[in-house]
Amino acid sequence: MKLRPIGIVYRKELRDLMRDFRAIISMIVVPVIIVPVIMLGALKIVKMTMKSEPNIMVLGAEGSPGTVAALRALHKFDFVPASEDFTNLIRTKRIRAAVEIPKDFDAAVDSDRMTSIRIYAYQGEPTSMQIAQQLDEFFRQRRDQTVRRRLAERSLPETVAVPFDVQRENVASPKQVTGSLLGMILPYVLIVMCLTGAIYPSVDLTAGEKERGTLETLLSSPVDRTNLVLGKMLAVLTMSLGTAALAITSNGFAFYFVQRGGMAKLPLELDPAALIGVCIVMIPLAVLLSSVTVAVGLFARSCKEANTYLQPMLLLAILPAIVAALPGVDFNYRAAFLPVVNISLLCKEMLAGTSHWGHILVVFGSTSVYAALTVAAAVKLFKRESVLFRS
Amino acid sequence: MIEARQLTKVFQDRKRGQVRAVDGVDFRCEPGRIFGLLGVNGAGKTTCLRILATILRPTAGTAVVQGFDILAEPEKVRASIGFLSTATALYGRMTAYELVEYFGRLHGMEDSALHARIETLFQTLDMNGFRDRRCDKLSTGMKQKTSIARTLAHDPPVMIFDEPTLGLDVLTARTVLGFIRECGQQGKTVIFSTHVMSEAEKMCDEIAIIHGGRILAEGALAELRQRTGEEHLEDIFIKVVEGRV
Repeated sequence: MKLRPIGIVYRKELRDLMRDFRAIISMIVVPVIIVPVIMLGALKIVKMTMKSEPNIMVLGAEGSPGTVAALRALHKFDFVPASEDFTNLIRTKRIRAAVEIPKDFDAAVDSDRMTSIRIYAYQGEPTSMQIAQQLDEFFRQRRDQTVRRRLAERSLPETVAVPFDVQRENVASPKQVTGSLLGMILPYVLIVMCLTGAIYPSVDLTAGEKERGTLETLLSSPVDRTNLVLGKMLAVLTMSLGTAALAITSNGFAFYFVQRGGMAKLPLELDPAALIGVCIVMIPLAVLLSSVTVAVGLFARSCKEANTYLQPMLLLAILPAIVAALPGVDFNYRAAFLPVVNISLLCKEMLAGTSHWGHILVVFGSTSVYAALTVAAAVKLFKRESVLFRS
Repeated sequence: MIEARQLTKVFQDRKRGQVRAVDGVDFRCEPGRIFGLLGVNGAGKTTCLRILATILRPTAGTAVVQGFDILAEPEKVRASIGFLSTATALYGRMTAYELVEYFGRLHGMEDSALHARIETLFQTLDMNGFRDRRCDKLSTGMKQKTSIARTLAHDPPVMIFDEPTLGLDVLTARTVLGFIRECGQQGKTVIFSTHVMSEAEKMCDEIAIIHGGRILAEGALAELRQRTGEEHLEDIFIKVVEGRV
């Protein structure tokens, strides 16, 4: 292995890629423009959806104008006239929920008689469940007010009805709260961007060279094939890490503007050491992904064939990243040896401030070993005539 | 100097089984002379030249190029040769100057010597008009000149040309052939493969007729004429290939 020829090949490949419109699209336009635009757009749509007041229906309620007026005063719902077909309307999502208030409900409450409220919703439909929750909360609050009033009328302390209070306290620091939230999305974004950033360059520098007939020109130079392929892999790695770095930066700015514009209330207190740690552990994974994509590109006879092989690989990398990002999926030593999953789980821990050196060493070590093996495999492939001149 | 000794290359083909693309080939090319490998498509010319350029490894036998064994010192062999074929395309997103500079660097040339060499080459080959133009914007002739400059950047003593005029128009082909002739006149060892009889007749000091991976006849044109009793190379070639000699 000689550094000078590797450097010559690396600089040439990088310059060549930076002149390629398609590489610029995959490395710069997608992470810097398209991903944040999609993210901001999605938030905007969510906000628009949240702003619109969902339709609900009040059934019965004769003689209970006070309760209905209090419900209307919330200004959270649009009231649809009562209809006997309300269950079907909920099922077809024309209304999100219905609340059945018995006749003379207000009078029953005032006269200490037992009565009940019934809420109809679509189980499993998120909006309907959310509206049902809001209605439930509204009536619980009214029930508590009634209890307090009745106790006061009887000169009894509130503790007769509420003997003790339950309070929940957050012990996590704001940095940990931010880290835990980011831990669910950031590793996934980084892994996907590392892979997206590697795919186009690796196909272009391997199968692309075969297709354009420049590979034979390159092989006629005196540089050892190990150095040639290492120079290429370094260029792919640079593109992969560059894409991930640009994605973090642009998404960071997008979050900042989201926060400033009041589109979402997101905590932005982040531990810089955790972020740097995440970037470092991401390096062996980027090497692994770059060398795998280069190996696949070398094996393929054409760019089309390489892309056919790499599409399933994208899924293979994304699925473990999604699984690891799910709430409740935590680090364990068996998962520490699973590529992609291990990095994703470790990043989650690091961002949440709960990582241990043992975990970091095992994940960094195992991923580095996998990366070294795939680099060696790619080098070996580049030396095989049956692969380079596959027809 | 190039000396091939029992060069053999066997490929595994899924449909045809073992294919002997080159089968025990022996020949010797001397400096200052143009050695032609003449054969039809699929005769084994390209495989033979790729082995000499150490792009492929022989299954058996070996060759010595400029004193270096192709198996023992492939990097030194490649450093001594300039390899040009129709398959050696150019990087489309690089300019003509950048491309020649890149290959000069891959040959280990220092920048000052390399830049001086490029200036000379661009002057000689009349390339200054398109030196900063991207290779994918060049005409076929300009591309071929750039390829020639690429092979000459490190001033190699041995030149290997694999069907260098294939698909070129008459004017461009003429430029390439003139360049090959100049290489011979400069004392370089030149090996040149073609299936065009007139080219071989005009260019080569020595001709080897290759067919089915084996060299069936070798010698100067006069010798081949004497041996076959035929005047034209095409007739000589047919007679040799059909085994009537």
